[in-house]
Formats: sequence, C-alpha cells, structure tokens
Amino acid sequence: MSITIKDVEHVANLARLELSNEEKEQFTGQLNAILKYAEKLNSLDTDNVEPTSHVLPITNVMREDITRESLPIEKVLLNAPDEEDGQIKVPAVLE
Amino acid sequence: MSEATQYETVVGLEVHVELHTNSKIFCGCSTAFGAPANTHTCPVCLGHPGVLPVLNKQAVEYAMKAAMALNCQIADVSKFDRKNYFYPDSPKAYQISQFDQPIGENGWIDIEVNGETKRIGITRLHLEEDAGKLTHVDGGYASLVDFNRVGTPLVEIVSEPDIRTPEEAKAYLEKLKAIMLYCEVSDVKMEEGSLRCDANISLRPYGQEKFGTRAELKNMNSFRGVQRGLEYEQIRQAEILNDGGKVVQETRRWDDTQGKTFSMRGKEESHDYRYFPDPDLVNLNISQEWKDRVRASIPELPDARKARYTSDYGLPSYDAEVITASKKLADFFEESLNYTKDAKAVSNWIMGDLLGYLNANNLELAEVKITSQGLGEMIGLLEKGTISSKIAKTVFKAMLESGKLPQQIVEEQGLVQISDEGALVAVVDQIIQANPQSVEDFKAGKDKAIGFLVGQIMKETKGKANPALVNKLLLERLKA
Repeated sequence: MSITIKDVEHVANLARLELSNEEKEQFTGQLNAILKYAEKLNSLDTDNVEPTSHVLPITNVMREDITRESLPIEKVLLNAPDEEDGQIKVPAVLE
Repeated sequence: MSEATQYETVVGLEVHVELHTNSKIFCGCSTAFGAPANTHTCPVCLGHPGVLPVLNKQAVEYAMKAAMALNCQIADVSKFDRKNYFYPDSPKAYQISQFDQPIGENGWIDIEVNGETKRIGITRLHLEEDAGKLTHVDGGYASLVDFNRVGTPLVEIVSEPDIRTPEEAKAYLEKLKAIMLYCEVSDVKMEEGSLRCDANISLRPYGQEKFGTRAELKNMNSFRGVQRGLEYEQIRQAEILNDGGKVVQETRRWDDTQGKTFSMRGKEESHDYRYFPDPDLVNLNISQEWKDRVRASIPELPDARKARYTSDYGLPSYDAEVITASKKLADFFEESLNYTKDAKAVSNWIMGDLLGYLNANNLELAEVKITSQGLGEMIGLLEKGTISSKIAKTVFKAMLESGKLPQQIVEEQGLVQISDEGALVAVVDQIIQANPQSVEDFKAGKDKAIGFLVGQIMKETKGKANPALVNKLLLERLKA
C-alpha cells in the first residue's frame, strides 16, 4: 500500500487543510514512511488475535442518568466568533 | 402513478429516535426540550479540548431495550466510533456513533398493510449522539447554532430494503413508533424531532434482482411526509427510467409545501467519514445477566396485545390495531374492563366517540378527563337501562370535560331514563293528540310516521324516555 499525492489532497480536503505543493510532496513521503513502518506488523500471525480498539484493560465505564448544571450562557458564548440571541453565528455552509 | 407501476419500488428506512433520558449521553446536561438556546451545554458537549465523555448507563439500557423489542440480537461486545465530518451542527467535528459493533443487529418487525402481514428486517440498531440545530439567517448567508440538542442520545434504526410501497413505509414507521412508546424509551414526537426518518428509494423492473440506483431522501417531518416524499420519488425516478435516463445516486431534500424533492449538492466528499474507535470511550461488555435484566423490563408489545384483543375479546382486527397503536389507549381499554365485562362496547366507545373527539380537537388521551372507571360504569348504566344510548352520548361528553363519574353526571343533570310506564303514558297521549296527521298517516300504512312521533316524545322528555317503552306504548295506542 502506498500513498499518492491524490490521497494526500483528498485527506487534506476532508480535514479542510490547504497545502502547498511542497507540503503535499513532503506529507506524501512522510505518510508512506509511517505506513511502511507499520507494515512490519503484517509479518506477525494475527489470525487468532481480536482486533484491539483500546489498550486499557477497562470496560463498562458509565455514569448514572443524573443532570448537572450546565455552563452559564456567557461562558458558552466566550468562544463564539459572533453571536445573536444567545446563538452562535457562523457563515452558512450550503448543503 | 401509471409510470411507477412498471417498476418495483425498493425502500429502506433509517430512523433516528431520541431516547428520553434526563441527561445527555456523554455529559450531565439536561435533554429537556425547549430551553433557551445553548443553556443546556457544557465543555463536554461543546467539544472543548481535554474533556472526557462518560457514557450514560440509562441510554445504553434504553438502546438495548429498543433493540430487543425489535427482535435484534444484542452484542456481547459493543464499542463507540468517531464519525468525522465538518458541519457547524457538530462542535467536535465528529459525531460519536457506532460503526461495526452496534448494540443490536438482525431484527425484524411485522407490519400490516391492506389486511396482509409482512415482515420487515431490521439491519441494525446503534447508539449515537444527536447534533445541534441550525437556523439560517441573513438571506441564507449566516447560520445561528443552538447546541442544546448536541449529545442527546439517539438510536439509529436501519431497516433492510424490504419495503415495497410508500404505504408499507408508513405502516413500518407507525409500528416502530408504537413499539418505542410501549418500551417507554422515547416520547416519539415527530414535531419535536424525537423521531426522524431518512429514506433510501430505488426502482427496478419487476423480476430484476439487482437494485436500481437509489436516492436518499431527507427532511420528511411527518409520517404523511414520508409517504408523500416516496410517492413523488417513485414517479420522478420512473420518468427518468422511461426516458432512457439514469437515476443519479444523491441526497434529495423533501419540500413539504411544494410537494417535491430537490437535489442537495456539494456533499460528494463528505461521505468519507473515516470512522475509527473513539479512544475516550472504552468497550462495552454486555453480560447475559445484564441482557436478561433489561429484557425483563420490556412490557407486552403491540402485536401480542393485538392478538390477545382479537382472540380473548373478539375485537375486529382493525379495532385491535388502532387501540394497541398507543399504549396509553390500550391501557385505558383494559382498565375499563375492570368496570364492565362488555369489551366490544368499550372498544366501540373508544373507536367512535373517544378517538373522534381526540382527533377532532387534536388532543391526546392524557389531555381529556374521562377515566376508564367512568367509561366502564357508563356502559353498565346503559346495560341496566338507567340511561338511553342517546343520553350516554351526553354523559360521555360530560365525562371528557369534567372527569366526573357517570352516576354523578346523571344525577346532577337529571338524565335518568324514564322507564316508568305511568310517567310516559301521559307524554305519549299528549303527542298523539297534538299530531293527528301523523296518526292518520300511520294508519294509512306509512310506517315512517311513527319515527316522527317517537322523535317528538324524545324531544318532550329531553331524550330521557326509554325508547323501547315509547315504541311499545305508541304501538299499543295507534293500533287500538
């Protein structure tokens, strides 16, 4: 498996990143190096190994269904670029 | 419609149901509907850096309960994944959802359309968090974001492509809604967005196994809207196919006012969601003991109740279907039977006067005051002949509005049926005397004339005369 410039452009677009041509070249190389390193895992026999989604030996971390106080609206809006009537105002994204 | 009939329609539905927990799925913010914008938010649901989501146990149990009620197999190990996308309704730029290990899989429900029962497969049910709400302003150049809904627990229920007509789609949604209500995992109010539906629809020539190219319909805000949207899309796609064209795979928005679907462009790339396990949420191991405990909390479901109503009480299938569609109504029906043995009479009053009144006034059962005891006892008064069926209608109306018991209403309004011959004879004689023409008509063979005389007697007694007795007394005198 190897990464092409097209893959880098696709992923960058999904992440809303604008990359220069040099950066695209650079990341293509770096991503390929990373994947190559990870490919070492393919040399192991993993037929009887469950896929690992977490390395922690913990399961079922849950809380009871109890409400807590929310953040005061002034604090909620501190990070908003703009606001109107208690709502966060953003440029429209057309669907 | 003629265009659509050459093709078989294939529909699969994706339904989102909000679970009615008190708090959100990963934080302690309230899920109450209708709060001022953004007042039910905190660093967790706003996606601030460094926060940790903690799973709401009640949400998991509601999802298990819903999945079991839909006959799904429940996973032994379930996990949460991040679904990545950029849109202002999601502050984290990903939604916590479930990708390959959902809570439930391989379920089914039975629906009934035109008297035929059909089984619709359920591919999966998974747990996820809801997104925020956008309002477009400034002529469409800006959006206002309310994050109150972010993090409300949802189950997404995906059907198999087993649905063949818009009517089946509607029946499926109605059954799904009834099951969710019975399980008490959601209040299922489409107008408040607690049940939302997207539909995949494609057409193929009859006999062809391969599915046609599908369109995904969004924004259908009522069961009727789903049906209309699918009906529109059937015709649109059939016209394209008939002209030798190709249906484009795309997402289309249903516009309820215009009665049309419109293409939603610019999302081609966004379907690359790059799911991966959420590192902040550890796996969920669902033990047999836990499954058993949740399963024990599932009440008798609509299909089982319906079967019982038709076999034990002899209700017509249609009446049983209507009454069991709502748990509250079905409970009301059964509670009434503590006060009368006549199940058919109870069913008739529910199907006719009660539902008629609720529908005409757009009310829920909980919003009227009539009690199951009231209805049961009123049927008892009818049986005993204390009140006539005409008076019963008056009593019923009074019970809807006041919640008083029928005996009290009858006494207060002096509605007891007059079944005393002595008291009625005088009225009967008076009416005969006052209407010589009708008497003559009757004697000349016009049987209808008697109806007029009965009506006059009823009017004179304000509907309280015992109709059978009136008939008897009248005939005795007229034939004398």
